[in-house]
Amino acid sequence: MLRYFAQRFIFMIITLLFVSVVIFIVIELPPGDYAERYAYRKLASAGQDVTEQDMINVRHEFGLDKPAPVRYFNWITDIILHGDFGESFLFNVPVRNMIGDRIWLTMALASTAILLTYALAIPIGIFSALYRHSFGDYLATFIGYIGLSLPNFMLALVLLYFSVTVLGSSAGGLFSEEFAEAAWSWPRVVDLLEHLWVPAVVLGTANTAFHLQTMRATMLDELNQLYVDAARARGIPEWKVIFKYPVRIALNPIVSYLGFDLGKLVAGAPVVALVLSLPDAGQLLLQALLQQDMFLGGAILLMISTMIVIGVFISDLMLAALDPRIRLGET
Amino acid sequence: MDIGTEQIDWDTLLEVQDLKVSFKTDEGIILAVNGISFSVQRGQTLGIVGESGSGKSVSTKAIMQLLPRTAVVDKNSSITWHRENGETVEITQLKKGGREMRRIRGGEIGMIFQEPMSSFSPVHTIGNQIIEAVLAHRQVSKQEAREIAIDMLDKVGISNPSVRVDQYSFELSGGMRQRAMIAVTLSMNPSLLIADEPTTSLDVTIQAQILELMNQLREEFNMAVIFITHNLGVIAQVADEVAVMYLGQILERGTAKEIINQPQHPYTQSLLKAIPRLDHLGKRLTAIGGDIPSPLERPGGCPFHTRCEQAISGVCDTQIPTLTPISNTHTVHCFLYE
Repeated sequence: MLRYFAQRFIFMIITLLFVSVVIFIVIELPPGDYAERYAYRKLASAGQDVTEQDMINVRHEFGLDKPAPVRYFNWITDIILHGDFGESFLFNVPVRNMIGDRIWLTMALASTAILLTYALAIPIGIFSALYRHSFGDYLATFIGYIGLSLPNFMLALVLLYFSVTVLGSSAGGLFSEEFAEAAWSWPRVVDLLEHLWVPAVVLGTANTAFHLQTMRATMLDELNQLYVDAARARGIPEWKVIFKYPVRIALNPIVSYLGFDLGKLVAGAPVVALVLSLPDAGQLLLQALLQQDMFLGGAILLMISTMIVIGVFISDLMLAALDPRIRLGET
Repeated sequence: MDIGTEQIDWDTLLEVQDLKVSFKTDEGIILAVNGISFSVQRGQTLGIVGESGSGKSVSTKAIMQLLPRTAVVDKNSSITWHRENGETVEITQLKKGGREMRRIRGGEIGMIFQEPMSSFSPVHTIGNQIIEAVLAHRQVSKQEAREIAIDMLDKVGISNPSVRVDQYSFELSGGMRQRAMIAVTLSMNPSLLIADEPTTSLDVTIQAQILELMNQLREEFNMAVIFITHNLGVIAQVADEVAVMYLGQILERGTAKEIINQPQHPYTQSLLKAIPRLDHLGKRLTAIGGDIPSPLERPGGCPFHTRCEQAISGVCDTQIPTLTPISNTHTVHCFLYE
């Protein structure tokens, strides 16, 4: 187990290094850089022509004239050694100050959506498999397919409309006005949870439907396995047979999807955040990428990727705990 | 008249009377077991032989109430279980997952299956599953159950049982798995063991070892056994009594000696001819002509008449042969003997 843990951990670190390189390249890829935008905005708006010399000066000022590998190296060592993500070109403040809260909110949003997904998909999936072809099974499948096919922004708009007209509350944002700028306190957490459910439902719905079908299908497979009948033939009570054997094994694919789930949620978040005007990292990322603010964009991408990679790591560990075949290196 | 009804005495453990099992499928109703009767005596081994689809597994699953939900057991069928303390229980009347049925499952009738690999959960240790079984049927502590588990693994010939008890089924070889399965079943101390093709998926040398182990343990635990197989050669080694099944019916019954030495039914005769023998090396084996009819198109009359070389036309295909005694212990359903 310890060897497995160490192995996964080293893989995680290596993956993160690769990811950081890829992120750096991706940010560099679009034609032009922030220096051009900056120079044109500053000088052209003042009615001056932008000269070659101006560009060189601006590039030098931002450190953009150094070769890419050097810039990558400076960028990544500052992050690892000092936790310094550089300064946002766009806002002229350290990136760290800008994204701290937003990353936490993105994480809160993602984990709430995942917990919601599990809490709904697993029990309903088990029920659907046990009572296959029943009315409840068909209903769950039907609602599941609707959830799977509805685009997120559509669902967000519908829930927004519903919560304003029926519940009489504004679903937009993550906080009520009085808590928006307040320091963290218990009432603020409660307020956050009250606002979090709408985006969590929006983000989690498609995934819930997906996992519900996975759970149902694996359960149906496992229920037909001989070891289930063998357990029944030992006189074990039915509920214990079901939960100890097939359910436990059917959880495997769900758990192993945790990393992908996080990825999907984080990728889906910006659009939902836009519709619901949430101050999460997604919205900021969109802005940073549009303006080629590479330190800001890179930092957010890096944080999000780290989240996903850690999610994969956790799911690997959970899988090893669930399934001895993985732990003991058998297939 | 049937041997089962003739021999009701304290020695009878299990009596199956006119068992009919059908399955509802999309193509229609399939009659898998068509009115079979047999009984098992205390300490004796009944061998049930038949090709795949003959209904041998279905009938034993009916005894354990392990049939899938699509299966229907005819309401005139009766499965009577005689407990050690003299109580009799009508299994067909019991609730499927109820307390009484669970007491019988494992604790009174144990079952081992064809696939030792998939009979164990891949994510629980062997010991976990033995201990669970022991705790379900015996009043012992967890620690005692663990000792029973180690003891049983030792009894079935698994070396180093105190280590093996914490291993998973995928860490054992096929033969070892089947030994472990036998250990699970015997740890609950059943008086009847149903073995559904227990050696079919094992290679021949391992088969012989498992058969010997089962014979030895049967004597030690004084168990009765229902041994299901498609292999008449195996039956000769283990069974006291043999029932030959075809398309959900028992065609012939007798002691193992009678069935092997004086087979009466043409089906039994052709099955025996299909066994490879050392004194017939070089000759081709005789296969039974034709295929097993689809269960959806059961032939009328004697179920075997479509493949029988001695079929009497106008008789075998229209009338159902009745039970004809050959000796006190030997009966056959065939017009050749009526």
